[in-house]
Amino acid sequence: MNVFDIIGPVMIGPSSSHTAGAVRIGRIAGALLGEAPVKAEIGLHGSFAKTYKGHGTDKALAAGIMGMEPSDGRIRQSLQLAAERGMEISFYETHIDGAHPNTALIALTGTSGKTVLLEGASIGGGNIRIRKVNGMGVDVSGEATTFIILHNDTPGTIAAVTQFLAGQNINIGSFRLNRRQKGGLAVMTLEVDSPVTAQLNRALEQLPNIISSTVLAPQ
Amino acid sequence: MINYLSVNGLVQAATLQDCRISDLVLEQQAQQLEQTPEQVYATMAQSLSVMRQAVIDGTYPDLRSTSGLSGGAAFRMKCAVDDSKNICGHLFGSAMVKALAVSELNAAMGKIVAAPTAGSCGIIPAAVLTMQEEHLFSEDTAVRALFTASAIGMVIAQNASISGAEGGCQAECGSASAMAAAALVEMAGGTPQQVSHACAIALKNVLGLVCDPVAGLVEIPCIKRNAMGTANAFVAAELALAGIESAIPADEVIVAMKRIGDVMPVSLKETADGGLADTPTARKLREEIFGA
Repeated sequence: MNVFDIIGPVMIGPSSSHTAGAVRIGRIAGALLGEAPVKAEIGLHGSFAKTYKGHGTDKALAAGIMGMEPSDGRIRQSLQLAAERGMEISFYETHIDGAHPNTALIALTGTSGKTVLLEGASIGGGNIRIRKVNGMGVDVSGEATTFIILHNDTPGTIAAVTQFLAGQNINIGSFRLNRRQKGGLAVMTLEVDSPVTAQLNRALEQLPNIISSTVLAPQ
Repeated sequence: MINYLSVNGLVQAATLQDCRISDLVLEQQAQQLEQTPEQVYATMAQSLSVMRQAVIDGTYPDLRSTSGLSGGAAFRMKCAVDDSKNICGHLFGSAMVKALAVSELNAAMGKIVAAPTAGSCGIIPAAVLTMQEEHLFSEDTAVRALFTASAIGMVIAQNASISGAEGGCQAECGSASAMAAAALVEMAGGTPQQVSHACAIALKNVLGLVCDPVAGLVEIPCIKRNAMGTANAFVAAELALAGIESAIPADEVIVAMKRIGDVMPVSLKETADGGLADTPTARKLREEIFGA
């Protein structure tokens, strides 16, 4: 903990969990899509479902998907901005068994037809946890530099990624793997101790059996 | 090097070195964050600027929250102060304007600094900026006061809570009020010991305060509780600066606050199920905003 956890962050109100945290969840969904979204379907669970209108959680999620930060003054107008940019956005109430009360389920479609499905929870004070990516369990806080790597479940893929990072002198702080089924789609999440350039991430993406790699800067 | 385990630890260290608490905090935080003191200071100075802008934006007459439940109170208060119609004098009236302005701006999705939370974001800016304006303190004095306030906030966060969902409003507006009281005493040139007494007095005055927001929104009663928290900070600082001591030390008050928060019913901890949130009027408002 430091002084800026106590006096800070600079944010758009009214609630760190319903606004700032929602922006952060949206940002990660947008980053994973990696291209301009044309469609966003957002399920809201628990307190998010009950109070999103009054808290502006809908605006916050939309703003995040478009890449805004929690302190961006345009969050208030984000739904209009989304319409102007040709992003069709809809919200519905849902129930996810066992999910944190402030959970959003975001389905995005990009200009190329690429889709991303992300489940994230706003756990208080603007902190978040991404729980699922494309239906696979992850546990991402976004507090450290984080790789989210979609790949084919084949022998040697993990070794190739970790060797590549070792070669770049990047230390791994945490590692987690999940897959849909044996030999199917899998997701690796790695938290690392140093910043990562877009160029380095593109090189990592060239490794065999990697479908996509997204780097999240700490937030 | 200092830590943030107790208020007394901070007071002892500052007294021993004959310096302000903020001097020690700035130095320690620079080390912890692996930045220069100038960088850390500049970030805090930037937060103070955001607070000042929030007062201006929040005083706009037509400001309304997303729900429509709040807005315009800061402007009304400002009119009363500008016309010298308020009964408690310019400093107090001006502090009320700021507390309402920043809180109302927060409800209207404006830019604020969580201090320590968004729900209690009006108290510290109102106290520090009013003190600075009315007593013509330098920007440096105001920025440094925020470091002292943060240090108190860190002790509270570690030993109790700064979240309404965990500890009720005492943990949010109460913590902000104690932090603001500490800042005021340091700005006024009080001793570290007086900072500690002000913190204790402010927190004692709001022990047991529940978090019962109408419709679950950070508006009713939160906005006016920010005005109360600011007033309470001035009360506590004024008493401490006059040499009045808190019989119960700050660190014990903080533990008491935690224990009270632990036994507080869940319906009174930000769930909007009890207290003001469960009054006939609140239920009606909730229905108007969110449907049945």
